[in-house]
Amino acid sequence: MTAKIRKIAVNVEETHSEIGRTISPPTRKAVAVAVIENPFAGQYHEDLSDLMEIGAQLGGLLGAKCVEALGITPEQAESYGKSAMVGENGELEHAAAILHPKLGAPLRKAVEKGAALVPSSKKMGSPGQVLDVPLGHKDAAYVRSHFDGIEVRLNDAPRANEIMVAVAVTDSGRPLPRVGGLNSRDAVGKDGLK
Amino acid sequence: MPDLHIRKIVSSREEIYHEGGPVADTPLLRGAMLAIIKNPFAGRYEPEIQGFMEDLKPLGLDMAQRLLDMLGGPDKIEGYGKGSLVGEGGELEHGALWHAPGGYAMRQLLGAANAIVPSSKKVGGVGARLDVPITHVNAAYVRSHFDSMEVGCNDAPRAGELAFALVMTTGARVHSRSGGLEAWDIIGEDGLR
Repeated sequence: MTAKIRKIAVNVEETHSEIGRTISPPTRKAVAVAVIENPFAGQYHEDLSDLMEIGAQLGGLLGAKCVEALGITPEQAESYGKSAMVGENGELEHAAAILHPKLGAPLRKAVEKGAALVPSSKKMGSPGQVLDVPLGHKDAAYVRSHFDGIEVRLNDAPRANEIMVAVAVTDSGRPLPRVGGLNSRDAVGKDGLK
Repeated sequence: MPDLHIRKIVSSREEIYHEGGPVADTPLLRGAMLAIIKNPFAGRYEPEIQGFMEDLKPLGLDMAQRLLDMLGGPDKIEGYGKGSLVGEGGELEHGALWHAPGGYAMRQLLGAANAIVPSSKKVGGVGARLDVPITHVNAAYVRSHFDSMEVGCNDAPRAGELAFALVMTTGARVHSRSGGLEAWDIIGEDGLR
């Protein structure tokens, strides 16, 4: 099944200064979100494979939208995350079906490599509600400087029979990281953790 | 730009394919740029503030150019609007400083843009949202292009900040069918019809 997309929104945040300090180059985060029809709204379906297919389509599409909006090459992406918010006639499991089985592989292709688990969040919601997309380093989940998040919301989504699916990609960590831990220069990036 | 301190730039781009009706051949695009800057007048009453408009001109041009790049260039733009969010340490009047540098930047880069740029402004706390009105760039009475776009940022505007917005669209509402003056019937000289 092909995703029936009502709209796509892409936001980019650049941070040029923080608490009086100049951030140069600015840190940048992108989030791309698709609003799709929920094919299973209103009734219980045992088999959710259609949503898994939709997840595969959106992983590649939204990952590429983020990379394009940041104006970077795929390998310049540093962290990523994924989230979904399901309108009131759906169920939380619909978000899981989109996010977990198949969305990751095409997203990893869009950002090149991506050895680390893609951090995720999911919720039920309504138009205007906030979805917080968690962010983690794409190749080494323990890189502490890249733990972050980006918020996305659309005043008109998700309607009752819709699902909002979001992918976030950055080309940087937090603006002023100084809480130690593994840093991205020392990460090996093979096992997805360190 | 001695008095211009930018903390963040936030861009938003929406592609709208449908809203329950027929899927558009070409999706409507709506774009917004939001600049979060230090309010040089926060925390006090400053009688003379107009000099800051000059400092804001390069910011207006940069934001308008980014919007054009995001939406496909000046030939694609059919609607626009602007707005200001003033952090709680400032006053509404500070938001009004955006009228000239924001509006004229868009009109300068668009070339033919005779209609007044619609606007909204308010004082708000961190996370406040602003609905920025949108009208046709050449004829303010074109009904199909009346729209708005919501802008905001979870960590702005702080008390001592201003958040200035510019928005542009590439066409009418996706299922426009409420009549009135249509874009193809305008003369486009007086900015109204």
